[in-house]
Amino acid sequence: MNPRLTKRLPRLKERLSQSLFLIPALALLATFVIYPVVYTVWLSFHSPSGGFSPLANYADVLSRREIINPRGFSQGFPLGALLHNFLWVLIHLPLTTFLGLVLAVILRNVKGGSVVKSAIFLGMVIPMIVGGLILRFMFDKYTGVVPAFLGLFGIPPKSWMVYPDTALLALIFGSVWLWTGFSMVLYSAGLGTIPRDYYEAAMIDGASPVRIFFSITLPLLRPITIVVVTMTILWELKIFDIVYVATMGGPGGASNVLALQMYFYAFRQLDPYRGSAVATFLMLLTLLVVIPMIRTLREAR
Amino acid sequence: MGRKLLSTVLIHLLAWSVGLVWIVPLFGLFMTSIRPYGEVIYGWWNFSEFNPTFENFVRAWTHPTAALSAGMRNSLAIAIPATVVPILVASIAGYGFARFKFPIKNYLFITIVILMALPQQMIAVPIFRLMKELGLLDRYLGLIIVHSAWGIPWILFFMRNYFTTLPIEIEESAKVDGASDLVIFLRIVLPMCIPALVSAAVLQFMWVWSDFFLALILIYSPDKLLATQRLPLMKGVYFVDWGLLSAAAILVMAVPVLIFAFLQRYYIKGMVGWAMK
Repeated sequence: MNPRLTKRLPRLKERLSQSLFLIPALALLATFVIYPVVYTVWLSFHSPSGGFSPLANYADVLSRREIINPRGFSQGFPLGALLHNFLWVLIHLPLTTFLGLVLAVILRNVKGGSVVKSAIFLGMVIPMIVGGLILRFMFDKYTGVVPAFLGLFGIPPKSWMVYPDTALLALIFGSVWLWTGFSMVLYSAGLGTIPRDYYEAAMIDGASPVRIFFSITLPLLRPITIVVVTMTILWELKIFDIVYVATMGGPGGASNVLALQMYFYAFRQLDPYRGSAVATFLMLLTLLVVIPMIRTLREAR
Repeated sequence: MGRKLLSTVLIHLLAWSVGLVWIVPLFGLFMTSIRPYGEVIYGWWNFSEFNPTFENFVRAWTHPTAALSAGMRNSLAIAIPATVVPILVASIAGYGFARFKFPIKNYLFITIVILMALPQQMIAVPIFRLMKELGLLDRYLGLIIVHSAWGIPWILFFMRNYFTTLPIEIEESAKVDGASDLVIFLRIVLPMCIPALVSAAVLQFMWVWSDFFLALILIYSPDKLLATQRLPLMKGVYFVDWGLLSAAAILVMAVPVLIFAFLQRYYIKGMVGWAMK
C-alpha cells in the first residue's frame, strides 16, 4: 500500500467520525430553519402571478395603512404596526433597562432581596400568552388594579384595551411589568462580578456613592448593558403572543404589531407574498440589532 | 450612624414595596380564580364576602370546547420530546464546535448565533407548506421536529461555551489511550456537564411549553390544541369570564412557575449564560 495513504487513512477516518457529531444538528437546521428562511426571502421577491419583482411587495407593504398610517399623526391611533413596534422600543426599552438596573443595585444589600427578585422575575417565567391575559386583566375597568388605582386620583376607570387611544400604551406599560426581571437578573449577575476592592478603594478616596455608581459600576456593566438592550429590542420587535391574546391588534388596528400583521397577511388573508415581505423586513430589523452586538462582544474579548 | 440606619430602613421599605407592587396582579389573579364571579365583579379587592371555591378550576379543567386537561396533556406530549431531542443533537454538535478543527467552522458558528435572533414568522409559511407535503400538518411529530430544530442554535451555543471551559487535558489523555471521540464525549465529557444540561433542559422545556405561534400555525384540530392555544379560546367575544380565565391562566403557568421554583438556580444560570458570552 502507498505509505502516504496509510498515513492519511486514520486521519480521514477521524474526520469522518468527527463530522458525524455535526451532521444531525446541521441537517435539522438546514431543513427546518435555513431552507424556510431562504424560501421566505424568495417569496417576498415574487408576486402571486409568479413574476419576479424584488421590491414590489416591500413597496406595497410599507405603503399600507396597517403598517404605516400617516393619518395617525393627526388623528391618533392606529399609527400602523411598524410605528407601534418603534413606540414599544421607545417607551419599553429605557423603562425596563433603567428599572432593572436600579432594582439590581438596591436589592443587592436588602434582606429578603432574593425573594423580591424572584417575584419580579416571575413575569419572565410565565408564558407570554398568560402574560397578555394578565395585562388585559390588570387594565380591565372592573377587575383591574391599574384603573382602580388611578381612580384614587379622580381618573374615571375604563377598560384601557378597549379604546384605540389607550390600548397600545396599556400593553407597552404593562409589558414593563413582565420584562423588567430580565435586565434585573442580568445586572445582578454582573454586579456580582465587580471586585469589592474597587469600591473599597473608591470609598477610601472619599468618592460619593453617586460618583462610585457612575465611575465604577456603570462602566464595568457596559457589556451587560449591551446584551440587555439588544435582547430587549429583539423581544420588542418580535412581540406577538401578548398582543394576540389581549387585543388581537385592535381595536381597529390600534395595537397592531409587525409579527401579528404578518400572521394576518399570511394565514388569515392567505397572501404568503405580502406576509413574507413583512417577515423579511422584521428579520432585517432584528439583524440590524444583533450584528452590532456580536461585533462589540467579540471585540471586547 | 443614625443617618445610615435611616437610609437602610428606607431602602428596605422601598425594596419590599416594589416587590409587593410586582406581586399584586398575580395575587389578584389568584383571588379571582378561587372566588365565585359574583364576589369579584367589582374588583377582587372587595372582601365583604369571601367564599373560596375550586369551581373555576374545575370549569377550566373540564371546559366543554377547550378543556385544559387535554390541553396540558398535549403540551407535555410536545414539550418532553422537543426538549430531549434538541439537547442530544445540539450538545453533541456543540462539542464538535468546541473541540474539533474543520474548515468554515467560524462562519458556521456565526450563522448559528445569528439564527438565535430570527423571528418565528420568518419560517412560518415554508414550514407550513413543508409539513403539509410531509403529511405532518396537525400532527405532533411535525411540531416536535420544528421545535427541535428551532432550539438547536441556542442550545448548541450554550453547550459549546460550557465545553470550552472544561479542562482539555483529561480528554487528551483519554485520546492517547486510544478512546474514540464518541466514547470520550459520552463517557467523560457528558457526565461533567450535568448542570449545564439541566439548565438547557429547563429553559428549552419552558420555551416549548410557553410557545404559541408555532402551535398556532401547525396544530388546528380542536382535540389536539395545546394548553397555550386553549387560553384565547376561553375568552368570550362579548363577555369575559374572568373567573374561568384566571383559573385557566394559573393552570397553564403553574408548570413553568413550579419548575422555576424548584430549579431556579439552573434557570438563571442557563439564562445568564445564554444571554452573555
